[in-house]
Amino acid sequence: MRRLTRENALWIYETMLRIRRFEERSIEVYQSGDLPGFIHPYIGEEAVAAGVCVHLTEKDQITSTHRGHGHMVAKGLRFDGMFAELYARTSGYCKGKGGSLHIADQELGALGASGIVGGGIPIATGAALGIKLKNMEEVAVSFFGDGATNTGAFHEGLNLASVWKLPVVFVCENNQYAQSTPQIDHQNIKDVAERAKAYSMPGVAVDGMEPVAVYEVAGEAIAQARKGGGPTLIEAKTMRFHGHYLGDPGTDYGHNKEVVKWKKRDPILSFGRFLTKQKWLSSAKKRDILDRINTELEAAIEFARKSPEPEPHDLIKDVYERL
Amino acid sequence: MRKIMYREAIVEALDEEMCRDESVFLLGEDIAQFGGSFKATLGLYKKHGPERVRNTPISEEAIVGAALGSALMGLRPVADLHFIDFLTVAMNQVVNQVAKVRYMFGGKAKTALVIRTHGGGGGSSAAQHSQSLEAWFVHVPGLKVVMPSSPKDAKGLLKSAIRDNDPVIFIEHRALYTTIGPVPEEEYLIPLGKAEVKREGGDVTIVATSSMVEKSLQAAEELTKEGINCEVVDPRTLFPLDKETILTSIRKTGRLLITHEAVQRCGWGAEVAAIAGSEAFDYLDAPFERVCGKEAPVPYSPKLERLHIPQKGDVIEGVLRMFRTTSDIEKFPQRVSAPPSPDSLPEKGTTAPLSGSSLAATSTN
Repeated sequence: MRRLTRENALWIYETMLRIRRFEERSIEVYQSGDLPGFIHPYIGEEAVAAGVCVHLTEKDQITSTHRGHGHMVAKGLRFDGMFAELYARTSGYCKGKGGSLHIADQELGALGASGIVGGGIPIATGAALGIKLKNMEEVAVSFFGDGATNTGAFHEGLNLASVWKLPVVFVCENNQYAQSTPQIDHQNIKDVAERAKAYSMPGVAVDGMEPVAVYEVAGEAIAQARKGGGPTLIEAKTMRFHGHYLGDPGTDYGHNKEVVKWKKRDPILSFGRFLTKQKWLSSAKKRDILDRINTELEAAIEFARKSPEPEPHDLIKDVYERL
Repeated sequence: MRKIMYREAIVEALDEEMCRDESVFLLGEDIAQFGGSFKATLGLYKKHGPERVRNTPISEEAIVGAALGSALMGLRPVADLHFIDFLTVAMNQVVNQVAKVRYMFGGKAKTALVIRTHGGGGGSSAAQHSQSLEAWFVHVPGLKVVMPSSPKDAKGLLKSAIRDNDPVIFIEHRALYTTIGPVPEEEYLIPLGKAEVKREGGDVTIVATSSMVEKSLQAAEELTKEGINCEVVDPRTLFPLDKETILTSIRKTGRLLITHEAVQRCGWGAEVAAIAGSEAFDYLDAPFERVCGKEAPVPYSPKLERLHIPQKGDVIEGVLRMFRTTSDIEKFPQRVSAPPSPDSLPEKGTTAPLSGSSLAATSTN
C-alpha cells in the first residue's frame, strides 16, 4: 500500500477545494439566472474524485456521470473551459453543445459525463479494451452512483471487463440515493462492493468522506489494473450535500435530514485539520490556496461571460466528421 | 468476373481491412471459431487470432459500449450485433452515446466504428428475428446507415464503412447471405452516399433497398411485357442519401415507387416520398406508391410471412397502379392486362383500382 506523501496530500486538498469552490460558484451563477438547464452539484463527494484522480495521468481515461463536475476538475479540466461550457459559449469544452451533463476533453482523458445512468460503464470497459489492444500502460476509471449498479449496463460492463481482464477500475460513489430513492428501497444489499464477487473481481468498500482511505484503496486498485491484474470494484460511501439537482430541496425523501450528520464530516474541513496537524499545511497557506482558486474562478466566469455564443450554423456542425 | 456469395464478400472485406490496418478488430457473439451465425466471419479467427476476433458474452449494451470506448482510444472496431432485433437491446449505447458523442463533445471525439447487423425475414423466424428497423437509425443524427443488396456492394461498402471516421450501421439481409454475384478480384471501394442505377428505364423509378432490389429487377423484367420500362435505383446508403440520383431518375420517368421490406408505416420509404414530393413535385405524373412490409409483427406461418414481406408480384401490382388513367391506357396500348370498360374508366389524372387485372396479387390491405 502506497503511503500518502505530502505532495499527494496537498494535491488532494487543493483539488477538493477547487471542486468545492467551482460548484459553489456555479450554484451562485445558476441561481442568478445565468445558466440554462440543470446542474447536479458534487459538493460533499470531493474526497472520491480527488482520492482517485491523484493516481491518474492525462493519458488515463475516465467516464463520468450527470454529477460530473468534480471528476472533470480532478482530471485537470480548466475552470474557464468548464464555465464557458455551462454558459453555452463556443469557447466551452463542448463548444456550448454539451452543457453540464456532457463536459468532456478527449485530450485530458475525460471521456465525458453521461446523462444516462450507467451509460458510461460499458464505455470505460471499451476504453480499457482499447488500452489493452494498444499495449498501453494506462487504465480506465468509471465513476457511477449506487443507482447505476442496478442497470444492465453495470452488469454487462463489469462482466466483460472481468472475463477479458481489462485495465479498468469501477468506482461506485454510493451517496445512498438514486435521485429520490434511498438505497434501502432500490437494492437488497447494503454494500455494493459485494457485487464484485459475482464478477470474480476484488470489491472494496471505503469511507468516501476520508481522502486518505480513498487514496489508499484507489491506489491499490489502479496499480493492480496497470500491471495487468484486471478490474476492481470500489464502493466509496459518501453523501451529496445538495439535492439530486440544484433546486431539489430533498425534503420529499428525507435527504435534508440525512445530510445533517454527513455535513459534520465535510472532507475538506476534516482533511484540512489533518494536514495542519501533520504540519503539512499552515493556515496562511490554506488562505493562499483559497485566494488563488477564487481569483482563477472569477477570471473564468468573466471569460465565459465575454465569450461568444454559437451561431445558427453551428447547430448542425460536428454531427459527423465528414458527410 | 468471378462470382462469390454475399457472406463470402463480407469475410473478404473484413479480412482485407484487418490486414491493411491493425487497429481494425472484431467483437460480437459467436464470431470466433463459429464464424458468426450466418458465417460472415468464417475463417477470420483462425487467421487473425483471439485478440482481434473477440467472442463476447451476450451483452449487447456492453458490446456497443465497448466498441465506442475502444474507438475513442483510436481503434476501429467492427461490432457484430447479429439480428437487428437484438440491436434494440443496445439502443441506449447506439442512440444516446455512439451517435451523439462527437456532437456533445464539440466535435473532438473519435468514433470510427461499424456496427454490423442483419435484418429481414423469409425463414419463418417469426417476430423477434425478422424485423427491418433501418428507419430507426436513419432517424438519428450522428449515424450513417448502409444496406447493401449484392455481394459486390457488400464488400465495397463494408470496406468504406470501416475506413469512415463516423459510426456506420451496416445492415445486411439474412436472405441475401447465400446469394451469389460478381465481385472483382482486385481491390475496390464503393463510397458511402452514392446510389446506383441497377437498371435503366424511362417509365417509372423504383427505389428499392436490400432484398427488394432483386425482386424489383425481376418485376421490371416482367413489366416489359406490359410495355412498361422500369428504372431501378438502389440507394445503397440510406444516410447520407444520394438524393440527386433519385431525383434525376424521377425527373426522367415522372413516377416513383418505393419498396422496402420494413413495415410501411413511418418506414424509410416515407422519407424518400417526402423528398420527392417537395423537390420533384412538378415532375410527378402520378402519386407515388409504397410497396412495403405489412403492419403486423412478422408471422411464423410461411403462408402469412409471404404476405407480410413484399414480393415481386406486389412490386408489379404497385407499378401497374400508377398506370391507370385514360392517358396511360392510350400511351401503353400493348398492355396485356384486360383494360377496364369505358364506363369504369377514371377521369384523366385520377386513379382507381383496376379490376380484372390478370396480375392482381392477393396482398392488398
